[in-house]
Amino acid sequence: MNLNSKIPSGHISEKWTNHKFNLKLVNPANRRKYDIIVVGTGLAGASAAATLGELGYNVKVFTFHDSPRRAHSIAAQGGINAAKNYKNDGDSVYRLFYDTVKGGDYRAREANVYRLAELGNNIIDQCVAQGVPFAREYSGLLDNRSFGGAQVSRTFYARGQTGQQLLLGAYSALMRQVAAGTCVLFPKREMLELVLVDEFARGIIVRNLITGEIERHSGHAVILATGGYGNVFYLSTNAKNSNATAIWRAHKKGALFGNPCFTQIHPTCIPVHGEYQSKLTLMSESLRNDGRVWVPKNPNDTRKPTEIPEEERDYFLERKYPSFGNLVPRDVASRNAKQVCDEGRGVGSTKMAVYLDFADAIKRLGKNVIEERYGNLFQMYEMITGENPYETPMMIYPAVHYTMGGLWVDYNLMSTIPGLFVLGEANFSDHGANRLGASALMQGLADGYFIISYTLADFLASNKLGNVSTDHDSFVKAQKDTEDRIKKLLSIKGEKTVDELHRELGKIMWDYVGMSRNEQGLKKAINMIRNLREEFWKNVKVLGDDKDLNQALEKAGRVADFMELAELMAIDALHRNESCGGHFREEYQTEDNEAKRDDENFAYVAAWEFKELGKWGLHKEQLTFEYVKPTQRSYK
Amino acid sequence: MSSTNGKTINLKLRIWRQPNSKAEGKFVDYELKNISTDASFLEMLDILNEQLQKRNEEPIAFDHDCREGICGTCGFVINGRPHGHLRGITVCQLHMRHFKDGETIVIEPFRAKAFPIIKDLIVDRSAFDKIIQAGGYISVNTGAAPEANSILVPKDDANLAMDAAACIGCGACVAACKNASAALFTSAKISHLAYLPQGHPERAKRVVAMVEKMDELGFGACSNTYACEAECPKMISVSFIAKMNREYIAAKLK
Repeated sequence: MNLNSKIPSGHISEKWTNHKFNLKLVNPANRRKYDIIVVGTGLAGASAAATLGELGYNVKVFTFHDSPRRAHSIAAQGGINAAKNYKNDGDSVYRLFYDTVKGGDYRAREANVYRLAELGNNIIDQCVAQGVPFAREYSGLLDNRSFGGAQVSRTFYARGQTGQQLLLGAYSALMRQVAAGTCVLFPKREMLELVLVDEFARGIIVRNLITGEIERHSGHAVILATGGYGNVFYLSTNAKNSNATAIWRAHKKGALFGNPCFTQIHPTCIPVHGEYQSKLTLMSESLRNDGRVWVPKNPNDTRKPTEIPEEERDYFLERKYPSFGNLVPRDVASRNAKQVCDEGRGVGSTKMAVYLDFADAIKRLGKNVIEERYGNLFQMYEMITGENPYETPMMIYPAVHYTMGGLWVDYNLMSTIPGLFVLGEANFSDHGANRLGASALMQGLADGYFIISYTLADFLASNKLGNVSTDHDSFVKAQKDTEDRIKKLLSIKGEKTVDELHRELGKIMWDYVGMSRNEQGLKKAINMIRNLREEFWKNVKVLGDDKDLNQALEKAGRVADFMELAELMAIDALHRNESCGGHFREEYQTEDNEAKRDDENFAYVAAWEFKELGKWGLHKEQLTFEYVKPTQRSYK
Repeated sequence: MSSTNGKTINLKLRIWRQPNSKAEGKFVDYELKNISTDASFLEMLDILNEQLQKRNEEPIAFDHDCREGICGTCGFVINGRPHGHLRGITVCQLHMRHFKDGETIVIEPFRAKAFPIIKDLIVDRSAFDKIIQAGGYISVNTGAAPEANSILVPKDDANLAMDAAACIGCGACVAACKNASAALFTSAKISHLAYLPQGHPERAKRVVAMVEKMDELGFGACSNTYACEAECPKMISVSFIAKMNREYIAAKLK
């Protein structure tokens, strides 16, 4: 297989403009002849569906939620980046591009990142026009704040609910198209299979989650915008239903999977508190603007944090990274928190936490200002922990948050299956080995509002695609495969519940494929995952039947796929003999414990081809850096 | 890892079970022991569901997703109150430290004609999407937007719009209302867009279409009991209902 990234020629600042001109168009009268399937209604899916509907395509939109507005984009708190330079602090599209390539530790495609930085400004314009209530200055102009990994203020925000407001904007645009009849909504449908006809993606098989009915849907192209796979770790900040099934089914039908081991561990989450814990809660990274991260210097210090004097505290991020301080990128902040906890200096009953302290900020700015900035986050913290962060420092610990890896796509966001496009977190494309804060929202909306409409038109205009009937053999077979799988899950009647097995998988992943990895641990993990997967298919217990709303059955299908994906993540982490961004291999670190890249041997995207279960083929897309020369990342 | 304060409680649960929309439902009693007070309410139900499955009983179906109070997926009635007795939170944010040892907890779905029960604690809230489809948007196509800072929005208006836009569409307002009115939900969207200059061109058309759709879908009338505000997990103010009424009258008088 020849991986062609289709990066346009020309200067980086002109690539997208030139490419748009070179792409073929579909004339308005012909658009209504095309059926486009969109799976997922988060920022990427909802914005894509609405935009394609506005253009006149027939769009069928699928979500496993009861309403498109529930998609997990809604939970993003902090903000969205754009290089508007409203603060006159030296920002530019080029600087946002530079920060993102560097933040991604030189494992992202330059051309994609530049386009993302370029489109950021259009996104803000679009969202404001939709009525997204961004924070304002007294002048009525838009406000900005700073965020990790950057020295400029370029983050637009709507209190601590930026994701919610952006998603409701995209959702309202989608609802407008549903009312207009250009988009047809299929809620409570879960995609369980991709259907290929003559090697093109031509449809999907979904299960109606209320009636259990299996449905076939055909189209001229399929767009997956189904989010990330952080829940492979069981405990993550992802919503409980977030899963990898749609992309994993596509992967098994031939779509290569890019950089599966690139996982982002977010530094500011509420620590784990018990065995029954079902998920982890993120506290927005924006808290690091004013909060100071510290642990006691003495590992055996049992005093209350407020009783520990200044000189006996170690503000370890400020000490090690004086120029970025508490605003170092996520991977660096997470790794350092783990390090101090491994040294025995962690705090709280589990000793697996560090303090995030607002006492100085409250003294400097007043409680009112802090409340205005972070009121809802402080309230959320108190709700969960029973402690008041205005009076005592928060306790935080890193948690799985985002997956930079995903299905491999070219510059047109098309996977290795023709007609299968992948948007947002579900693809691998823009964040390299580490995503900077406030750029996931940007990517989801750039893909959905401003990229897919151009590249999809080119695909449709370049390929003479007739209609396919859902009676085609490929649909019949895909439906049968789906039904057999469901029957199998229900017939095992074993001893362990889906959640029990999922927890076991999560523990393996966190211990050996988590924040820090090594060869021995990864090899061990691969064996453990294989054994657990075998156990799953012999010993899972799923009650009820398939012609009904059956949440245990839904989970079982998703966890079965996680059991396969987990192995690929470990294989990818094992093969990448370097550290970069969120992928930290203990064998490869600098003298001061920073990630040590190997650009000579690993400056590529690892794109994995599924051969059979437990067997993958590696394809490499070499990355070239013409504009941002790779250096050892330094935030000192 | 042990819980932070190590306290546990025993509970008696009385939970609504209903196999599907057509079947009759009934309350079923369950006992649950040694629940950590640090667990969330939904984690408590997870534990019950694990135990039920171990003894080959079907788990209780309930909706949930983000488990951090923002997606609006979760929601049912606890001891007569949507999302439980604490103000300003969703069920998923409620923790067991707010319950007493030995307490009986009654759990049932949101009840409203416009929200038919699907199974156990899950109801169909698609009527909310239909209200939004009637006009809860600004008609701007992708690509047609002017430069963001060319639209000035006074900070106070932006704040009011954001207060209204904070609605998560969970449906607690409808469940709390004796008339099962959707006035708080609908007025929040109408107010969010009416406070912003971008929303002005369509405001009259929008309010009429959304209010009429709300009535058509079988939601009751608002009789100003303010139960909706009291139970709203985002504490959306009933002043938005007054705003909606003013907008509606102004639109009708045009």
